[in-house]
Amino acid sequence: MASPTSDGAPGWIGARLKRKEDERFLYAAGRYVADVRLPGLKDVAFVRSDVAHGRLLGVTKPEGADVFTLADLGPLNDLVAGPEIAEFRTSLYPPLAGDKVRFVGQPVAAVIAATRAEAEDIAAEVLVETEELGAVTDAVAALAPDAPRLHEAWADNAFIAAPVIAGDQDALAAAPVVVRRRLKMNRQATVSLEGRGVVAHYDRRYGELIVHLSTQGAHVMRRGLAEVLGLAENRIRVIAPDVGGGFGGKNRLTPEEIAVCAMALKTGQPLRWIEDRREHLIASLHAREHTYEIALHAEADGTIIGMSGDVYIDAGAYALWPTGAFMEASMAARNLTGPYKARALNLQTYTVATNKAPMGPYRGVARPGACFAIERMVDELAAELGMDPIEIRRRNLITEADLPMRTVGGLSLDTGHYPAALDMACEMIGVDKVRARQKAGEADGRVIGLGIAVYTEQSGHGTSEWMKRKARVVPGHESANVRMHPDGTVDIAVGIQNHGQGLETTLSQIAATELGLHPDAINVRYGDTATTPFGFGTFASRSIVFSGGAVAKGCREVAAKARRIGAALLQVSADDVRIEAGEIVGPAGSVSLAEVARAATLRPEFLPEGEDALLETTVSYEPADSAGVFSYGAHAVVVAVEPLTGAVDLLDYVVAEDCGTVINPLIVDGQIVGGVAQGIGTALYEEIPFDPELGQPLATTFGDYMVPCASEIPDIRIGHLVTPARVTEYGVKGMGEGGAIAPPAAVGNALADAFRQSRAQFLETPFTPRRVSDAVAAADGEGAR
Amino acid sequence: MRPAPFAFARPDGLADALSRLGADDDAMPIAGGQSLLVLLGLRLAGAETLVDVTRIPELCGAREADGAVVFGAATTHAMIEDGKVPDPSRGLMRRVAGRIAYRAVRNRGTIGGSLALSDPAADWCPVLIALGATYDIVSAGGARQVAAEDFADGAYSTVLEPGELIRSITVPVLQEGTRWGHAKHARKTGAFAESIAVVVKRPDGVRAALGATGSHAVLLPSVAEAVASGGDVAAAARADIAMADPDADAYRARCHLATILNAAREVCA
Repeated sequence: MASPTSDGAPGWIGARLKRKEDERFLYAAGRYVADVRLPGLKDVAFVRSDVAHGRLLGVTKPEGADVFTLADLGPLNDLVAGPEIAEFRTSLYPPLAGDKVRFVGQPVAAVIAATRAEAEDIAAEVLVETEELGAVTDAVAALAPDAPRLHEAWADNAFIAAPVIAGDQDALAAAPVVVRRRLKMNRQATVSLEGRGVVAHYDRRYGELIVHLSTQGAHVMRRGLAEVLGLAENRIRVIAPDVGGGFGGKNRLTPEEIAVCAMALKTGQPLRWIEDRREHLIASLHAREHTYEIALHAEADGTIIGMSGDVYIDAGAYALWPTGAFMEASMAARNLTGPYKARALNLQTYTVATNKAPMGPYRGVARPGACFAIERMVDELAAELGMDPIEIRRRNLITEADLPMRTVGGLSLDTGHYPAALDMACEMIGVDKVRARQKAGEADGRVIGLGIAVYTEQSGHGTSEWMKRKARVVPGHESANVRMHPDGTVDIAVGIQNHGQGLETTLSQIAATELGLHPDAINVRYGDTATTPFGFGTFASRSIVFSGGAVAKGCREVAAKARRIGAALLQVSADDVRIEAGEIVGPAGSVSLAEVARAATLRPEFLPEGEDALLETTVSYEPADSAGVFSYGAHAVVVAVEPLTGAVDLLDYVVAEDCGTVINPLIVDGQIVGGVAQGIGTALYEEIPFDPELGQPLATTFGDYMVPCASEIPDIRIGHLVTPARVTEYGVKGMGEGGAIAPPAAVGNALADAFRQSRAQFLETPFTPRRVSDAVAAADGEGAR
Repeated sequence: MRPAPFAFARPDGLADALSRLGADDDAMPIAGGQSLLVLLGLRLAGAETLVDVTRIPELCGAREADGAVVFGAATTHAMIEDGKVPDPSRGLMRRVAGRIAYRAVRNRGTIGGSLALSDPAADWCPVLIALGATYDIVSAGGARQVAAEDFADGAYSTVLEPGELIRSITVPVLQEGTRWGHAKHARKTGAFAESIAVVVKRPDGVRAALGATGSHAVLLPSVAEAVASGGDVAAAARADIAMADPDADAYRARCHLATILNAAREVCA
């Protein structure tokens, strides 16, 4: 099935194993927070601000109702969030509003009732008095001196402004070709199928608060809850059961979660809050909103010199614990040279507070915006110079010979063959055939366009990289507890949180490979601070690198001990045995792992002298180099556009990618398809616009917030290159986010290609029919209005 | 997103339903609930009592009668889509039904419920206008017939009086030689339409209608004339759009032009 490991055991690395976790999901037997049943459980509904910005004058509770305001929750500790940078302006985000409300949907009060419906009835009776202040809805206008101030103590509305200046500034200034554009990627929600959810109750047995939480990282969330609630960490147990998607959105501690825990402590009652879709769209963390006012500097032959200009991140009203949205600006700026041999950056970044829900991480974090900016700009440069977009990329792409290299943005690109990915994507999409079809024209009047985008995806980065970002929590390692039971089966407890990544399967494959067992003999456990070793959780495409590495390391320790015990039982040297198919195999005989495990547990009299009992270990792991390993790829898409309505149909979509050694090809392909689907959402559909004066969100149900569904996603064809990483176990690289990075750029380039004659401008996502139709009409000289 | 408490009645006779609706100002008919339940959940609408009309025999099913098909108002979109009821429209109504929202909505949503709500973006209004349908409206006091094009008088506004219900929709059978064209533009599959155009070309005349305007669906006389005479449909469409949707911005006007041209093209293909 796969190549043997160094130990000679048949390996499971690369096996197309169906996901172990899918059985329970397909039988509808998954268990989510909303499935938790406790005697006496009551429901919570929140009263939310209906103004974007205002002074909170008072909250009137209906008589006899169980309603909490901020004063009723206390005393709570301040939960300071954001990066640990002196210039960063902090903004405490109280679990229920204090003196001000700063976005529509901010929780103001919480109601407890027997059912959610009753709680909502009471919530509708709670009177919230506010003195309305001017709403700030645009990150650029927010910096004007006379803009209303969200946080009065600040000198302006920027959380932080930071320059990114690197490389050859003279070359930048002397560039013969400078292409300037304003690009915008609009705000969206994360839209996990399961929204946020929390069930909290105080348990007298251990004297602890037990919190069932839909989260990507139970241990880190426990830390935040302990800080704000003033409890010892061993008095809080966070359990994350099945989590129905997170995409980054469940990697921050949010006010509703804190409020429910505080109320459960106050009342001694088991309490539940399950986010509904409207709450999710209005008040869950938002993502993506970047504005780029930038210039691409190049030689006359199309050689890219670098990028200059301003990057604005609309971070919303508050910083969410631990680090809010404050990796966005630097990641966007540092990724703005893309996979190209650029020499210089001269950027000013602004992370700005506005009267919108706080921004947080979402699959791809900042790179969909950066990729959109650089890849659209490369096509704009090509158009300016009359060059072919594919040729201009070939001229500028970093090649295998250049690697490893440190980019001007400070990213340490490790291994890969970027031009090969571009070539593969071009061949898969059939560039000549598409060009011929474009030339022939369409009978139905639609216009065909071809778009390409190349990206890199930093993954598996550890201590040095997160320290560079001044993160409050530095996810520099991951842990695994490996425990072999007396019958030779294995439980592995990890600190990551599988929530759709197939990690129960891939970590089993790694363990099975190292222990000479079938993956079915391995049980992967996670999502409970009481039963798993400390870990940071699943985000930033880190789990296969970190947790996979920890599992490999721990299993090797256990396997080595099993070999020693097995060798002793066989009366041969440990050097002469290997572990294979559930046996310790010696020169003249073998002993089963079950027998070895029995000796290590139930029958210590069979242990060799000086060998401790148990086949169990807890290890932590970080790759040899913590700057990260870079997956990469090229996407190509063919669109058909109806010029009048602006309707965009994706006729073909191909991905050529390289994520190093693949543990399970089925899962890798699944991650790519899911990521591309979300990227198509960013490219064409998903957007939360705001009323510019009032700050009201204008997409608050799925009637207005468009999510791509099966009918909108073409059959995505995938090709693989494999360049193993040098510093990780097996040569793996993380790849969970890559699919979502390139689609906005690829689709934007395809639209620009379709209308290259008229030079219609496609610089703002999502490319809704209205935006596309208006762009086409404007280029044709018709007022778009 | 939980509705405020309401009482629920599911009468099995028309008289019972009409008397409940007539007697109680705060009673509201529900005929599938695919719009109303959402509005109640968001607390944008409120009702003391919901009177479910989908079990009333007179409102269920469809029958052929006298060169027409009479659809009970509680006929679901799915029944029409699946051909479980007679089709007077040579496939037009099945096409339209199959493109309403999503299948889950079509399973419960009803033709009469959709008409009575009169959402400007609803699918049936322009189609039934182009087909020359009439609606049979009943109340405790009696019954009356209203032509499809006279039924709606604004966004979410119709000639229905309190206590009145749509009982049935009568659609004349299209004779041999009739052709139709239908085009709908929406932000994505299942989303509310930005424009809907329908053209029905009978041997004896053409009717064209536009939906998803700022107000309600209307006839397009110039387009009908241009299709009948082989004239300039685009010019006719521009003239009609200015009347049919005077507040349309440039984009919506382009959408209307596109759907009208596509529907006309399908008729003439």
